Amino acid sequence: MLVLALDTATPTLVVGLAEVTSARVDGALLLPAQRTVEVRSERALPSGNRHAELLTPAIREVLAEAGVPMRRVEAFVVGLGPGPFTGLRVGVVTAAALGDAIGTTVYGVCSLDAVGDGARSVVTDARRKEVHWATYDEAGLRLSGPGVDRPEEAPVTDPVVGDVRFAERLGREVVAAEVTTTGLLRAALPLFDRPPAPLEPLYLRRPDAVPSVTRKPVSQ
Amino acid sequence: MSQPLVLGFETSCDETGIGLVRGQTLLSDALATSMAEHERFGGVVPEIASRAHLEAMVPTVHRSLADAGVTLRDVDAIAVTAGPGLTGALLVGVAAAKAYALALDVPLYGVNHLAAHVAVDELEHGRLAEPSIALLVSGGHSSLLLVPDLAQDVQELGRTIDDAAGEAFDKVARVLDLPFPGGPPIDRAAREGDRAAIAFPRGLTGPRDATYDFSFSGLKTAVARWVEGRQRAGEPVSVADVSASFQEAVVDVLTAKAVRACRDHGVDHLVIGGGVAANSRLRALAQERCDAAGIVLRTPSPRLCTDNGAMVAALGSRLVEAGVPAAPSDLGADSSMPIDLISR
Ligand SMILES: [Zn+2]
Repeated sequence: MLVLALDTATPTLVVGLAEVTSARVDGALLLPAQRTVEVRSERALPSGNRHAELLTPAIREVLAEAGVPMRRVEAFVVGLGPGPFTGLRVGVVTAAALGDAIGTTVYGVCSLDAVGDGARSVVTDARRKEVHWATYDEAGLRLSGPGVDRPEEAPVTDPVVGDVRFAERLGREVVAAEVTTTGLLRAALPLFDRPPAPLEPLYLRRPDAVPSVTRKPVSQ
Repeated sequence: MSQPLVLGFETSCDETGIGLVRGQTLLSDALATSMAEHERFGGVVPEIASRAHLEAMVPTVHRSLADAGVTLRDVDAIAVTAGPGLTGALLVGVAAAKAYALALDVPLYGVNHLAAHVAVDELEHGRLAEPSIALLVSGGHSSLLLVPDLAQDVQELGRTIDDAAGEAFDKVARVLDLPFPGGPPIDRAAREGDRAAIAFPRGLTGPRDATYDFSFSGLKTAVARWVEGRQRAGEPVSVADVSASFQEAVVDVLTAKAVRACRDHGVDHLVIGGGVAANSRLRALAQERCDAAGIVLRTPSPRLCTDNGAMVAALGSRLVEAGVPAAPSDLGADSSMPIDLISR
């Protein structure tokens, strides 16, 4: 099964196309762990806040490199965050629109699940001097999180992977790691046999209730 | 041969608008609004609007398709508001439109929201006379434009130097304890009031002021002072008279400057668009003054004056027809997109 994965929850935009073994082989159901993921092509671009500009060109490149037309994609996987809202929404709405346009399913995963593997804690930049965090057991299953906290209060344990800029405030070593195509697909494997859940970003924070200067047209 | 079917996306503020247009024919205009969620803040909260756009996007696209009786496969081109507007809100529409264009393999146009407010009138009144003067007034913008060619040449003559006209309505409504958005309740209250009861100031109308610029901040302050003064003195405040006098000050300046722009540029067609164009007194006074000056006035029906997807599709349709190049693949949002950039 050809799966296109994408994530815009961190400053690195990730797009990858992978071949995933089907859930059933000769009628027998395979456990997620028995299934393999082979990445055919991928891009990881430092994008700052230019996700909207760069995402569709990156998707086009990834498909072209693998020689796969869009209509052959059988499922999409998208990181639902947590991450800075504006960039996050670019990825989620893109995946939703692509899935809608070619009539195929879109699965959402927690973006932190796609950073590193095995027993670990993951931290990424949540802006406002806070981190997004989650912890995982040896099998890579999430034990706690995703959460958002000041680094000093994030309940992480060694080893910690993710955004190294928070090492000092965490008081721990942080091994650099980012969202990967493999990570996104690994997180999605258990989902492929089920009907997809609605694509709701993991915002974790309520909106700041500050009205903009640009207002609603007043009449009508 | 049938004309191209254009799907339009509008998410510059709090309306998720998806419209379908074939040539100059309006096929559908689906809208989801997060208005109610902003009410208690007295203004649009960008993050709330952006979240709502994401939730509404795919369902609203499908409502638009169903209303028009077409499928995504029938779409020949896509247009999306690239600016001006709220960045986070714009980006939801831009990203969605880019994804649909990629998957459907159709050209994409990133269009200017203000020019789209002008283009929408063609859906109801046919081809725009070129050149025309356009007055665009809403909660987010107040501009006077010269439109020699809607697809390729739109020039800004003037704009507000402080509040948008619609913002002034919102703020005055708050002073008068009327609900947000302030336009409709003020319009209603004003019908029972005396337009000449209070002489509120007409901003930027002195001989040395910029001919085509607007200012509504002083007016809003004058209204607030007048009401507070009355309240302090224990005198009654007539909401109807204040509404009527305030509204008259706004529409007097808007229409006078619009007619002046027509005269100065030798243009005999005026289009009024944007949410404030739904104001009944603005429509009446503009008609009166245009008739007196021999100007043909065109105003979209109130439903199409406020932000919607059909206006974006209408402009997109014009761009397709004019053979304007499609957007580059790295199209983004431009919150302060200048009007001389009709598309990118
Ligand atoms: Zn508008």
